[in-house]
Amino acid sequence: MSDAPAIAVRGLTKRFGQRTVVDHVDLTVMPGRICGFLGPNGSGKTTTLRMICGLLIPDAGEGEVLGLDLSTKRRAIKHQIGYMTQKFGLFSDLSIAENLEFIARVYRLDRRRERVAETLEKLGLTSRADQLAGKLSGGWKQRLALAAAVMHEPKILLLDEPTAGVDPQARREFWDQIHALAAEGMTVLVSTHYMDEAERCHEIAYIAYGVMLARGTIGEVIAGSGLSALQGEGPGADRLAAEIEQRPGVAMAAPFGTSLHVCGPDPVALRAAVEPWADRINFTPAEPSLEDVFIHLMRGATDNSVEAR
Amino acid sequence: MWERIGAMIFKEVRQMARDPSTIAMMFFFPILQLVIFGYAINNDPRHLPLVVEANDNSAFSRSIVSALRTTGYFDITEVAGSYGEADRLISEGKAQFALTIPTDFARRLVRGERPQLLLTADATDPASTGPAVAAVNEAVAQALARDLIGPLAGRQQGPPPIDLVLHRSYNPEGITSQNTVPGLLAIILSMTMVALTSMSVTRETEQGTMENLLATPLRPVEVMVGKIVPYFLLGFVQVCVVLGFAIVVFEVPFVGSLGLLLAVTLLFTLVSLALGFTISTLVESQVQSMMASMLYLMPSILLSGFAFPYRGMPVWAQWLAELLPPTHYIRLVRGIMLKGWEWPLVLPESGKLVLMLLVLGTIAVRRYRDTVA
Repeated sequence: MSDAPAIAVRGLTKRFGQRTVVDHVDLTVMPGRICGFLGPNGSGKTTTLRMICGLLIPDAGEGEVLGLDLSTKRRAIKHQIGYMTQKFGLFSDLSIAENLEFIARVYRLDRRRERVAETLEKLGLTSRADQLAGKLSGGWKQRLALAAAVMHEPKILLLDEPTAGVDPQARREFWDQIHALAAEGMTVLVSTHYMDEAERCHEIAYIAYGVMLARGTIGEVIAGSGLSALQGEGPGADRLAAEIEQRPGVAMAAPFGTSLHVCGPDPVALRAAVEPWADRINFTPAEPSLEDVFIHLMRGATDNSVEAR
Repeated sequence: MWERIGAMIFKEVRQMARDPSTIAMMFFFPILQLVIFGYAINNDPRHLPLVVEANDNSAFSRSIVSALRTTGYFDITEVAGSYGEADRLISEGKAQFALTIPTDFARRLVRGERPQLLLTADATDPASTGPAVAAVNEAVAQALARDLIGPLAGRQQGPPPIDLVLHRSYNPEGITSQNTVPGLLAIILSMTMVALTSMSVTRETEQGTMENLLATPLRPVEVMVGKIVPYFLLGFVQVCVVLGFAIVVFEVPFVGSLGLLLAVTLLFTLVSLALGFTISTLVESQVQSMMASMLYLMPSILLSGFAFPYRGMPVWAQWLAELLPPTHYIRLVRGIMLKGWEWPLVLPESGKLVLMLLVLGTIAVRRYRDTVA
């Protein structure tokens, strides 16, 4: 595998009116890697993806996608990218097979008939090939959208919240597909809200309010946050969250079932903070979760998603 | 129950207020209609171009011409002695009426022989003919009443002293369908080409399929052409159906060249498609594009000369009509089908359509981008 990154963008910026939606975002993804793109709603994930695939022109910043300059080679990039939009973007009044056939023609694929048949087979759509796309349930629509995005064998796959509203089994199958594609060398950049999906990625990038807050593997991101955590077990532990969160040295406290998960930046201060309850609740050191890190990061970032009036 | 209905009403009003274009249309449509029906449309048109071919230079004919002037119905140009000039002006649409005064008119009038006056009307637009013909009768009678005095006063007794012969060119029986059916071609094509194209493009944006299309290597111009071609074929079928009906069912005479008619129809279809595409780049939803199409169709029907005489409208309305492609296309269709216009005669109106196509095409291509937002 080559050493040149598949996606390398620097200082990517997009403004809509007064609002800076994406603010100097740097992102590098190596070939064959699955990069999870995380962040709260309205944080600029979709805008960043659209800039990478050429649907939006950045106001500032530069970059290369597959070694092609983002500002001058938008058309060449489009040929080698597969993009799955957040909203189902295929034609609801065409059947699955007809939709794929259309996409195959648009990309001028050779052996069109075979390619469509192969793609149908690969994504398990053969049995429903003649159903109208508009009549499909969420999971099948998502499969069709993925099929349409990968049929032309792109080198990069951009997925914008692909599993929103899809049941757990379909999500599991979807991720198996993504890993199979990455194993073949495809680079995947996938935006998501789900922590379990983030954990399925090789690496993650966390963006909030247009600013990139953390990047790296999950271990790196958690270590980089400098958070430590405690797990509290005992009678009524889960009801103490609100109270403990007020204590100095505690970043957040959240109940998990009957236990309590507490974390903060300084292990000593954190231990001191839970001391008053130590007599009846047993606090043991725990690993901070990705969710802890993200919520912590998000609270530290400033919200610019509401337009200044 | 009333609270729940109230909740619906409140919600609906809020949504309406959020969509300023709907409110704007609600006020704009009635105002447009008031202006068009109240000011522009006139079933008793004035200032119709009349050519007088006075072949006898007598006091009587001068008196008749000046009486015609004072009616206010006509803008008169006089041509004398050049036979056929009046017919040519009518054929080219530069004059709507021609009054031919024969060489021996004065002599025969004095002799009491009831000489003939020939009034030729361009009946491709029969609606404006009626009142004007009545006005000619009236004016001639008045002029002669003033002039036939003294020894000639006796001519005023008995039957009218002259015989006004009316010749309706191109539509001798004044059949309305011969006039409206060719015009319908313009209206039907406008309706389908403009409304369908703009809605089909807007639908892609509204349903989110446009984002997907634009992420593929499809170029904007490829999307445009691909969207337009099927509607273009649809338009061609419509033209064939309307023409078939016009000729077979309504027995509209077809004196001109079918090839020429199809050529200008092609041009008009392209203009309409370009307009539909331009609309789609300006609106945000299918509802808005529907409204915008209606906003275009209404003046097209009312001002283009299809439903009401063009020449009856005030100058500002005529200018407005000049900006509407159907105005020019209707003239071309009537010219070719009913008057047998040949190649050079179709040039002025076709040229205007070509200009419109260039302007609209440029706007559509420039506004249509391969990026979202």
